[in-house]
Amino acid sequence: MIQMRELRKDFTVRVKAGRFRRKKRTVAAVDGVSLTIEPGEMVGYIGPNGAGKSTTLKMLTGVLTPSSGEVSVCGLTPVPQRTRLALRIGVVFGQRSQLWWDLPLGESFRLLRHIYRVPAADHEARLRRCRSLLDMDEFLDTPVRQLSLGQRMRGELTAALLHGPEVLFLDEPTIGLDVVSKQAVRSFLAELGATGDVTLVLTTHDLADIERLCERLVVIDHGRVVHDGTIEALHARYSSRRSLVVDLERPLPEGFELPGATLVAVTAERHRATFALESTGAGAAVAGLVAAVPVRDLSLVEPDIEDVVAKLYRTTDAP
Amino acid sequence: MGELRAYAALAGAQFRSVTSYRTSFLVEVIGNMGATVFDVLTVFVLFRATPEVGGFTLEQAVLVVGLSAAGFTLADMLVGNVDGLKNYVRTGTLDAVLVRPLPALPQLLLMDMPLRKTLRVVFGFVVLSGAVAVNDIDWTPARLVLIVAAPLAACVFFGSIFVISASLAFWWVDSGQVGSAFTYGGRDFTSYPVTVYGEWFRALFAYALGFAFVAYQPALALLGRADPLGLPAWAGFVSPLVALLAAAIAAGVWRAGIRRYRSTGS
Repeated sequence: MIQMRELRKDFTVRVKAGRFRRKKRTVAAVDGVSLTIEPGEMVGYIGPNGAGKSTTLKMLTGVLTPSSGEVSVCGLTPVPQRTRLALRIGVVFGQRSQLWWDLPLGESFRLLRHIYRVPAADHEARLRRCRSLLDMDEFLDTPVRQLSLGQRMRGELTAALLHGPEVLFLDEPTIGLDVVSKQAVRSFLAELGATGDVTLVLTTHDLADIERLCERLVVIDHGRVVHDGTIEALHARYSSRRSLVVDLERPLPEGFELPGATLVAVTAERHRATFALESTGAGAAVAGLVAAVPVRDLSLVEPDIEDVVAKLYRTTDAP
Repeated sequence: MGELRAYAALAGAQFRSVTSYRTSFLVEVIGNMGATVFDVLTVFVLFRATPEVGGFTLEQAVLVVGLSAAGFTLADMLVGNVDGLKNYVRTGTLDAVLVRPLPALPQLLLMDMPLRKTLRVVFGFVVLSGAVAVNDIDWTPARLVLIVAAPLAACVFFGSIFVISASLAFWWVDSGQVGSAFTYGGRDFTSYPVTVYGEWFRALFAYALGFAFVAYQPALALLGRADPLGLPAWAGFVSPLVALLAAAIAAGVWRAGIRRYRSTGS
């Protein structure tokens, strides 16, 4: 569905060198990315600010011309075949509206039907579905400029889907939304992805989006792919482990060792201890502990993907 | 066919958008006539001081300014707003236009069409009609074609100049008002017979850039006057070709510009 081979985008920036002189410098925003995305996949694209996520998305949608490399979406080459491709993809740029600012939301949808030449019956059916799933009935007649960000984003999602695209590109669809709106957007996308009719590619800063939606995670940093796989594979690769936190009746004895686990922290006058589980299950670890010290309370903490990703950015930062 | 409906829908949306602020729209429509009225008045004022300018009488000069005003006001309404491109490029909002299944330029023009400029166009054509009435034109079939084609060619020519100067923004984001030297400057230049200008200035604007073919040469051809500067009589009839050439150049520049577009972060 989507193929990128050694895709590259260079930008020239002018930097000051002396009072009048400027020096040209070439910066690679995307530095040789090769990826293949199959039909029906849901792929999350993450990376720190300036990593090249949006630039990649813009090359896939025909907005930007690649400096070198090959790219094909739905079998088309984005820039030369931009208008043909536009009929087959949907795009939501979180910070660029597709809607008409001064017109009621419903009017924007009617306009898009003409722009995308969608048969009236198909348009009706898709709009009805989005309206009920996204709860849009009460603000369909409100001018877009008066909508809240959450309402507008629901409008943008609908606008991108009314022509039945094969691929949906979302650039930070949840940016700036409150918790409830984020949930609404996520569950809508999850439902959309579950049908398998649409290939979904989204960039985000919010890892909860990825955990909720995407089987496949692509981490990009400094224009390069630094991870491509499942979230679990990411945890395995960076050996992020579950940890066991216990509150003890008595202080933890000096020199205490738990087979298959490492003691990470001891606090509260040795009444609370945290173990990282390496090669043992939680059950065995608890059993081993209880045998040595009476346990008052315990909890098992799943690895935090934010930490893993932060670690990942830091490692690739080094030159 | 489907595309035409799409364009009609875009234009309709723009109409409903501007008319949703009704009073401000009416005020703008009337206020906008001012500029063009003054351009034409200047010509009349000039002729109060002297009976002839550059070898042309008032009636003949009005034909020149009429052709220029009709073509320019029409181009300014239909294409002039491409000037806003620099804002789209600077803020990166051109992205939203580029992901729709229509060519970018017609979309931009229809989305921002300044309908408040309608009265100016009417005024431009009124001046042209008046000029045709006061001049004693010997109507041949060729001249009948020319009186229709010349303002349209002028419109295409000015439209191309608008597109080319707006495209500067793709290479040079802070292009500011540089383009206006050629658009509004061109309008002022074409409002007078080119005989009034100094030699090198005329060589550059009138012939190298082609502004003589907007109003001056067609006016001579309509009046049946020999060109005091020596161009043959048919020079006025090629103005549509000059306009088409300008349009082809504008299309090329635009296309190159779109490929240069670099959007903005996120």
